[in-house]
Amino acid sequence: MAAPSPLPLPGDPVVDEALAASHKLSPSEFAMINRALGREPTYTELGVFSVMFSEHCSYKSSRIHLRRLPTTGPKVIQGPGENAGVVDLGDGWTAVFKMESHNHPSFIEPYQGAATGVGGIMRDVFTMGARPIANLNSLRFGSPTHARTPELVRGVVSGIGGYGNCMGVPTVGGEVQFDPAYDGNVLVNAFTVGIARKDRIFYGRAAGIGNPILYVGAKTGRDGVHGATMASAQFDASQEKKANRPTVQVGDPFMEKLLLEACLEIFREDLLEGIQDMGAAGLTSSSTEMCARAGTGLEIDLDLIPRRAQNLHPYEILLSESQERMLLVAKKGSEERVLQICQKWELDAVVIGKVTDTKRWVVKATPGRDPLDPNAQPPRPVVVCDLPVDILVEAAPKYDRPRKVDPDLARRIAVDVGTLGAYPSGSEQIRAELLALAGSPNLGSRQWIWRQYDHMVRGGTMVRPGSDAAVVRVPCEKDDGTLSGDGSETGSYKYIALSVDCDGRQCELDAKNGAAMAVAECARNVVVSGGEPIGLTDCLNFGNPERPEVMQQFSDAIDGIAEACKALGVPVVSGNVSLYNETIDKEGKPRGILPTPTVGIVGLVDHPDHIVTAHLDQALLLHPEEKDDLALLLLGPKDDLALGGSEYVARRSAEVVGAPPRIDLDAEAKLQKLVLGLCRAQLLCAAHDVSGGGLAIALAEMCVTGVVDVGIKVSLVSGEMALENKTDASIVGRLFGEAPTRVIVAVRERDIPTLTERAKEAGVPLVRVGKTTRHDAHVRIEDLGVEVTTALVREARERCLVDIVGR
Amino acid sequence: MKAAVVIFPGSNCDHDVLHVLRNVLQVPTTPVWHRERLPSGIDLVVLPGGFSFGDYLRCGAIAHQSEVMADVKQHAERGGLVLGICNGFQILTESRLLPGALTRNVHRRFECRDVWLKREGESAFSRAVPEVLRVPIAHSDGRYQIDAEGLAKLQTEGRIAFRYCDPRGNVVTEANPNGAMVNIAGIYGGPRKNVLGMMPHPERLAESALGGEDGRSIFEAVLRAA
Repeated sequence: MAAPSPLPLPGDPVVDEALAASHKLSPSEFAMINRALGREPTYTELGVFSVMFSEHCSYKSSRIHLRRLPTTGPKVIQGPGENAGVVDLGDGWTAVFKMESHNHPSFIEPYQGAATGVGGIMRDVFTMGARPIANLNSLRFGSPTHARTPELVRGVVSGIGGYGNCMGVPTVGGEVQFDPAYDGNVLVNAFTVGIARKDRIFYGRAAGIGNPILYVGAKTGRDGVHGATMASAQFDASQEKKANRPTVQVGDPFMEKLLLEACLEIFREDLLEGIQDMGAAGLTSSSTEMCARAGTGLEIDLDLIPRRAQNLHPYEILLSESQERMLLVAKKGSEERVLQICQKWELDAVVIGKVTDTKRWVVKATPGRDPLDPNAQPPRPVVVCDLPVDILVEAAPKYDRPRKVDPDLARRIAVDVGTLGAYPSGSEQIRAELLALAGSPNLGSRQWIWRQYDHMVRGGTMVRPGSDAAVVRVPCEKDDGTLSGDGSETGSYKYIALSVDCDGRQCELDAKNGAAMAVAECARNVVVSGGEPIGLTDCLNFGNPERPEVMQQFSDAIDGIAEACKALGVPVVSGNVSLYNETIDKEGKPRGILPTPTVGIVGLVDHPDHIVTAHLDQALLLHPEEKDDLALLLLGPKDDLALGGSEYVARRSAEVVGAPPRIDLDAEAKLQKLVLGLCRAQLLCAAHDVSGGGLAIALAEMCVTGVVDVGIKVSLVSGEMALENKTDASIVGRLFGEAPTRVIVAVRERDIPTLTERAKEAGVPLVRVGKTTRHDAHVRIEDLGVEVTTALVREARERCLVDIVGR
Repeated sequence: MKAAVVIFPGSNCDHDVLHVLRNVLQVPTTPVWHRERLPSGIDLVVLPGGFSFGDYLRCGAIAHQSEVMADVKQHAERGGLVLGICNGFQILTESRLLPGALTRNVHRRFECRDVWLKREGESAFSRAVPEVLRVPIAHSDGRYQIDAEGLAKLQTEGRIAFRYCDPRGNVVTEANPNGAMVNIAGIYGGPRKNVLGMMPHPERLAESALGGEDGRSIFEAVLRAA
């Protein structure tokens, strides 16, 4: 059937290949559109295609690779492809979660960019029918000494806090790294998890022919027009940030709080067929995707859209990324009740169209009419877009872009770490290195950040930021707000452990190994906190996919995530891809970020007594009756001394170099199974994953992450920890190497036989490294003659960000 | 004992207070929407924390104009118990149920962490409360300020409820998280010191599972008083 041709609106530019190119549509993509339509698109339609075919919406470079991720499992209720993933928590409750990037906007306007990133991901979660119960984030900034870093850190952190705090959703954890590779492209990845009743999950589907379509929430303005397209292009250092400012959205968390409460009230009554937030590419992508999922079409009238800017062109209305807006498909006859609830919350809400069986996306507007103009003529809407839904959503090209291993990579891996400067030797130098690493901006305390986040609101934060994973208690409530179940701690509550992780340097040296390490570390953080990982979301941040080296990294990282998820039994249920994180530097060369496939994992803790933290002070508080101190054991292998990609190396080299440690996923799975069993048997008083900064830093952290300092006495190169070939290099590798698959645990002496037995059964190496010293607040590495007061370690850790951002 | 928790658009600690009152202390508690009347027979009215009306204009400034506040004022003037926490405290000063004002933290950041409080003046809210207690704060605008005359009145009438202190109970500058005048964290108002406004959130540390129970003592004191 030939498409009826909407007429161009007065003053529209001529649609040709050049205009398409300025919309970042290639000549072949433009030709494909003309072929599929049997005509040229109008200016407005071209805008629509440009956002729908953008990398951000179409995943055109990534989709063929994403298929390799494992997405199914017994607990998966909804995998990728919806607004968020859903996993089963049992007893009729589910966790709904996703992570998303807001990198480009945050670099241009750090406060608003980060704030709206948080706002967007929360909408993705509550549109599924869930109440958001926790936020986390993963941040990357450039070198601490880069001129813009302080401003970016301050802006991003206060933006995240400003939005999440006002929404009343606790921000309970996250991670942050600094590396010169992010000088021109910061990363802001926001994660939200919510909980929903299993029988009340909502999907983004425009089902039911004739059903009314409602617009709810903030009025439409010009902000964010072409945000999705911008996010799919690299920056040019010469253009400066101001040129892109109008494409950054402005957030109103109060509006979103009202929207959240209104939606939750609507969900309680059986009123909706489908719902989706208007995120990237706004009304266009939400409405087309809803039709595509349901196999329907729609007809909407733009004259009816609530607006806050004058003389909006249909092009602008369709592409606006104004925040805090939702698109609802009500069951026929329910629209009055929906409008009534919105009125209670003082929200704009209006029926703007209906679902049709045409499988066409039909948009009407009165040409040249501004409803805000008091002298406006009566509306006489005509068709301004008429496009087949399947072409918009499914016909976007899918590229298998060329891949090639970076020819320079082998050289970087081959760099001998010893040539970067002499290894610290002797107790004084090792002590200095220990303190320097403890206070490195990449390893020190994140307190300056998380104190700006309300991490306790909703009264469920059982493990606050600063341990390996956050643990949140969630009450399972009936519609009237009273508890369901028997009111007991396991009968009426769920306990959820949460972590986000990635190490871009490891991914730079080996994207597959590094991505697998990210999954493993994230799962390990959940496990050492007492949670069983039940689902994963990813946020894949990479450079320009048109460069074969970047595409190679992307493809390898997917393989790494896939293998690790399979080995650990964690399905990928949602995710996001952010490409073109790249800047053309002043010499005209592209500078991409480190490959950063961030992952977030949701874990289920069966019982609050299974929760374990990294804090030795809590461990001692819980066991005041123990006359003796607690033993410190290392679970996992101890002989991978590789320093490649470590923080130790980063302090000596602007370039990421050295042979990276390798992950053995089979060993990882065994370790995690063992540790989870030990948490459940309540045999662990404290547990901490060994990661950035290695064994020595992990041990030092356990002394000071709690409220009160606790000393330790350990041997790391002799006794059970003996080094075969003791050299300055091997000692540094032992202390500061970042090999995966290791956990430090603090345990009661009397439990050691049981632990040894269980570790042996599990096939996991166990060695004793030392003990706590309740009455001596020092970190003592006895066999190296290193001693430092815990107060100094704490001070170094807690100062590390203040040194960058100021007090 | 019956309690009501007032909910304004933008309140976000209503859920937490409801939880503590209903599930931890088994107090029959009614949520009250800001456009409703206060039900009769209520002993304690809680104005919870959050960002009522987005904190636009000034924290608490719009909420204090809400319909329900007329009833809250009447309740307070009759000697009924009113507890304003964080944004609730701000609403109480805006509505002049409590004197003074809460301004932007001296460091200009939102700050969320545990602080220590020293119990000062006695009232129905303080009878079960330890002399030094640990309770979290979470605010951007918690810097209590008042003119010299007003401060003298608070002091002589024993209307300072809590002051920020160190873990040993010393009221020192370093323990002041926001620059509040003489470390004031909470004050009493009303004819019988029956109105308490405080920036820290006692509802957040009211169960050992969450790491502390000091906050519960304030609610328990009210239970005994009612």
